[in-house]
This record gives sequence, structure tokens and C-alpha cells, in this order.
Amino acid sequence: MKKTRKLNKFTLTNIKAYGIVILAFIILYPMQSAGLISNSISGQLVPICTYIVMAISLNLTVGFLGELSLGHAGFMSVGAFTGVITAICLQNAVPAPALRLLIAIIAGGIFAGIAGLVIGIPVLRLRGDYLAIVTLAFGEIIKNIINCLYVGVDASGLHISMTNADALGMVNGQLILNGPQGAVGITKMASLTAGVILILFTLFVVLNFVNSKTGRAVTAIRDNRIAAESVGIGVTRYKLTAFIISAALAGMAGALYAMNFSTIAAKKFDFNTSILILVFVVLGGMGNIVGSIIATALLYMLPELLRGVADYRMLVYAIVLIAVMLATNSEKAKQLWERTSFKLKNNKEKERGEG
Amino acid sequence: MVPVPSNAIIPERDIDKTPILETHHLGIDFGGLTAVDEFSLTVGRTEIAGLIGPNGAGKTTVFNLLTNVYQPTRGDIILDGRTTARKTAAQVSRMGIARTFQNIRLFSEMSVIDNVKVGLHNSINQSLAASITHLFGYGKSEKKSRDEALELLDFFNMADLAEHQAGSLPYGEQRRLEIARALATHPCIILLDEPAAGMNPSETTELMENIRRIRDNFHIAVMLIEHDMNLVMNICEGICVLDHGKVIAKGSPEEIKSNPAVIEAYLGRKKEAAEDAEG
Ligand SMILES: Nc1ncnc2c1ncn2[C@@H]1O[C@H](COP(=O)(O)OP(=O)(O)OP(=O)(O)O)[C@@H](O)[C@H]1O
Ligand SMILES: [Mg+2]
Repeated sequence: MKKTRKLNKFTLTNIKAYGIVILAFIILYPMQSAGLISNSISGQLVPICTYIVMAISLNLTVGFLGELSLGHAGFMSVGAFTGVITAICLQNAVPAPALRLLIAIIAGGIFAGIAGLVIGIPVLRLRGDYLAIVTLAFGEIIKNIINCLYVGVDASGLHISMTNADALGMVNGQLILNGPQGAVGITKMASLTAGVILILFTLFVVLNFVNSKTGRAVTAIRDNRIAAESVGIGVTRYKLTAFIISAALAGMAGALYAMNFSTIAAKKFDFNTSILILVFVVLGGMGNIVGSIIATALLYMLPELLRGVADYRMLVYAIVLIAVMLATNSEKAKQLWERTSFKLKNNKEKERGEG
Repeated sequence: MVPVPSNAIIPERDIDKTPILETHHLGIDFGGLTAVDEFSLTVGRTEIAGLIGPNGAGKTTVFNLLTNVYQPTRGDIILDGRTTARKTAAQVSRMGIARTFQNIRLFSEMSVIDNVKVGLHNSINQSLAASITHLFGYGKSEKKSRDEALELLDFFNMADLAEHQAGSLPYGEQRRLEIARALATHPCIILLDEPAAGMNPSETTELMENIRRIRDNFHIAVMLIEHDMNLVMNICEGICVLDHGKVIAKGSPEEIKSNPAVIEAYLGRKKEAAEDAEG
């Protein structure tokens, strides 16, 4: 019989997850300050942090709720542009950049959460894989809306137009969203420290959630919806809760991501990005938070590390993906893994004399 | 369970109290097929009732109607004096009806104790904020749910299996866990769909003992579907026989054993089957 040592498992996962992130920070932060990391990699640190947050939050939807989402980048997009608009509007009111960043991230999370609610209410009532289709459409719709959105701010407040920048009719204002060019004139405020704090916050929310009454209800719905209903769990409500948390965290990641660049366009958050995040989650393991962190960090860096073999970069990347997929899905590899890493546990089982 | 309208067979101790469950002329059609029709019965507050009948008679369909997995085409269900019409499956569960499933439905990826904790869901007071922050009384509510879950597991002698994965348990223990999870919802009546299926004689004897203990300890009604006639005749106080979706007999075990319609329904089937096998 397979044994899950629950209390131990919870603390163990916590230690592993927080430990990896903090350890990486302790190593990377001084190296970055001392200029020991190449510019190209240094520039990737904040994006990696945000993609780790994206992967952990998507794992909540895919791994724990058991619903397929193909538009996670859409929530990232909502968060990114809400965050940028908030940050630029507050430029004078809130001079401290750290505080402005925090407010922008919170605003991004709230708006993405609202988007999750609006999508979730009609779709999560249905039984079947409708969420995949609707989130896919959502991602594309958000991209196209932002592509033709012009937003600016001046003394009299926000101006919004769908035609062009001149139609905003601003007096001495600042252009924030410039249609297909996306957001312009962003003050870069994101840093490795902010990224790590956001990961830790995400871990706190997701790991706690999974190990709670609400989280158990969500996992129960995934394992057997009819049985969950039979013990009095209102399925739609708990699906919505998990989905909104997932969307809000993606929005926060989006806001931080945007603050790492001076300009950012909507096409950055397209279907390919959603799929990339899904790949991180699947390869890291459904419902495996530590796996999401490691898979994201490795796979995000891989194309960067493969620059040496520039021409074959994507080819090697594809081969590695296939190899990891085969390794994580094959029975033999699993057996090998269990034989080595669970030896201790198995021995204990045998001592108990169970068969 | 009694031939309506007389109440003769409800156990005497329950006669003066509101029946825990009443159905009136209940029926459901699937397309052209009438799976259950004119199903009326009354179950006393601490009665052990049996629902029997040949394969495909509509027994599981009755359970699905009682728990609002299906909405009835005709008729009413009164649970503890209140109608269950237009309620969801989750809402009727909260009204006090719990069940197990013919083909076991556990949360198989979760641990044994977590399965029971999910059953306790509505009696554990933990807000969303507490769930996310692990503050605001989280520790207290988790301890309560853990203690109660262990107590229930202990009732079924399963406390030492608490941390095992539910899906990896042997069959008999999965059935017991399903009953423990159902009891965790603090029901007034529990429905058991073929609880002895796939069990060996000693496990069946233990199950009979457990069903009586459930009634006596929790003071609730039990209604069970079973093909094991020895079990049914031994522990059920009232029995309802279903054939082709219709009630063909109701009464005490003695009455059912000697009822010609029941014998015909069971033996007739066997004769047909024997002829089919020969031909
Ligand atoms: N959802 C459904 N759609 C269509 N027909 C159904 C449905 N559920 C049940 N039926 C039909 O209703 C009839 C009764 O089925 P039911 O499962 O209630 O029988 P049962 O008495 O529980 O049999 P068994 O002893 O084999 O479990 C069968 O003919 C079955 O095919
Ligand atoms: Mg059945």
C-alpha cells in the first residue's frame, strides 16, 4: 500500500519549495550585485521569477482543480497592462518606487482576478472541457483588445480611445498604451528581490490553500465530482475560488513582468506563452509545486544556455522536452525512480508486513 | 418500510415520530424507458430498510433520485418533513441524506483521513481567509476536523490506515472508508448501494455488525440495496422489492420470503437464464 505521510509531507514540501527559492536568491543576489552574471542572463532573472509564479498558479488550476486552461497568459496580460497604467498614474502621487510597484502588482492581481470571475461564472458551471476552449479564446480576445487600445493620462485624468493616440485629446499628457506598440514609457522598477518576494508570496498562498478545508474540497472535486457533491460540497463555488486565485496570481506576475521593461506589447502574452507555461507545469508534474519551480527555471534558461549552438537551439530544446516527457511518463523510469528514492519508505512498509 | 398507507411495519419505536424519508408516486423516465414508476415508501427514523430486486430493476436509480443526482419526472420526496424538489445534490446532502456508491467513488488520490475530512466539510468552520493564511482559527478548525475524522476511522477500526492513499486500500476497506466518509456528513439517513458486493463471508458478517452499530451509535436510519439475501433477511426490518421499476412487494423479511410475486420475480429470472443457457 502506498502511504502518504500527510503532516510530514506538507512541511517537507514547504521546506523544499521555500528552501529552493531562498537558496537561489542567496546565491544569485550577491553574484548579480558583484556583476558576476552576464548581462543576458541577469536580464532574465525577473522574467524567470514571473514565469515561476505563472507556473505555480497554473498548477493550481490544472493540477489541483483538474481543469485545463489554455489562456493563462491572458491573465498575465490583464495584470501587466493594469499594472503599468496604475504605476504611471501614480508616478507623482506615490514617489517611492517600491510602494508604487507593490500597488501596481496588487492592482494587476485584482483586475486579473475579476477577469477570472467573469470567465469562471458561466464556464465552470458546465461539465466538460469548456474551460480550455473559453480560456483560449479569452487569451486571444485580450490580446486583440489591447492591440487597438490607446490610453493616456493628463491632469484631468485617464483618456481612453480605440482609434488612435490623437483621439485621446490630452493636454500635455503622457501616453501609456499606444495600440499595437503596447505600453510605452514604463519606469523599470522590477528587481530580483521583488521577483523572489512574489514567488514566496505565491508559494504561501498556494501551499496553504492546498492544505486547507477549501483546498481539500477542490482536490475532492477533481478526484470525483459526484462523490464531492454527495458529501455536500457546492462544486461551482470551489472551482471558482481556485480559478480566481490562480488568475489573480497570474495578474500579479504580469504586473511585475511588465515593470522589467521600458515598453511591452500585448503580443508577448499570446497563445504560445500560455502553452509554454503549460509545458512547465506538465513537465514539472501536475500538482507538484516544487516540480513547477524547477522545470520553469531549467526550461526557461535552456534556450539561453544553448546560445553556443545557436543554429540548433530550438532543435535541441525540442529534443530535451521530448526526453523529459518520455522520462517522466514511462513506467520504467518511474520504477527506477521509486526504487532509488523510496527505498527507505518501502523498507518500512515491508517491516509492517503489508502486501 | 410499509405498504402505504398503513404503518404496520415501521419499527414500533419509530411510529410516533416523523418518518425520516417519504416518497410519493416517484417516477423517472430516460427517453422512452421508464426506469422507476409509482415508487412510494416510508422509512422510520432508526429503521434498517432493504431495497432488493433483480439486476436492472431500478434500485440504484431510486438512490440517485433520493440524493437528487437525478431529478424525478413524477412524484415527491420528503426528507425529514421537507421536500427536496429543486435542490442540488450538495443541498440535499446538507439536509441530512448521505450515501455510498455501487461502484466505489473515493477521492482516490487523497489520503484516507482526508477523505473523511472532506466528508466533514460542512461541519468544520474555516473561512477562506483562514484557508489561505493558516491564521484566523485555522489550527483550531484543522485539529477539530482531524480529531473527528480519526474518531470515525476508529469506529471502523481504520485509524492506523489514516495516512494511506485511499485508492491503494484493499476493496473491503475502500467500502468501509466510503461509509465513514458518508457518516462524516452527520446524516439522518444513510443509503448503502450494495455494501457487501465483492466481500468474503467474514467481511460480510463484520459489515452486518457495523450496519447495526451505525444505527445504534448514531441513531440514524439505514437503507441498503443488496443482492446477498442472507444479509438482507438478517438485518433489515422492512424490505421493499423492485422489479422492472415497480414495487412488487413490501413487508417484513418473513412476508417477503413467502411472497409469491417475489419468488416469481427471482425464480422466473433464474428459469429464463437457465433456458437461455440450454438453448
Ligand atoms: N442515466 C441513465 N440513462 C438511461 N438509462 C438509465 C440511466 N440510469 C439507469 N438507467 C436504466 O435504468 C434501469 C435501472 O438501472 P439501475 O442501475 O437502477 O438498476 P439496479 O437495480 O441498480 O441494477 P443492479 O442490481 O445491476 O445494480 C436500467 O435499465 C438502466 O439501463
Ligand atoms: Mg445498482
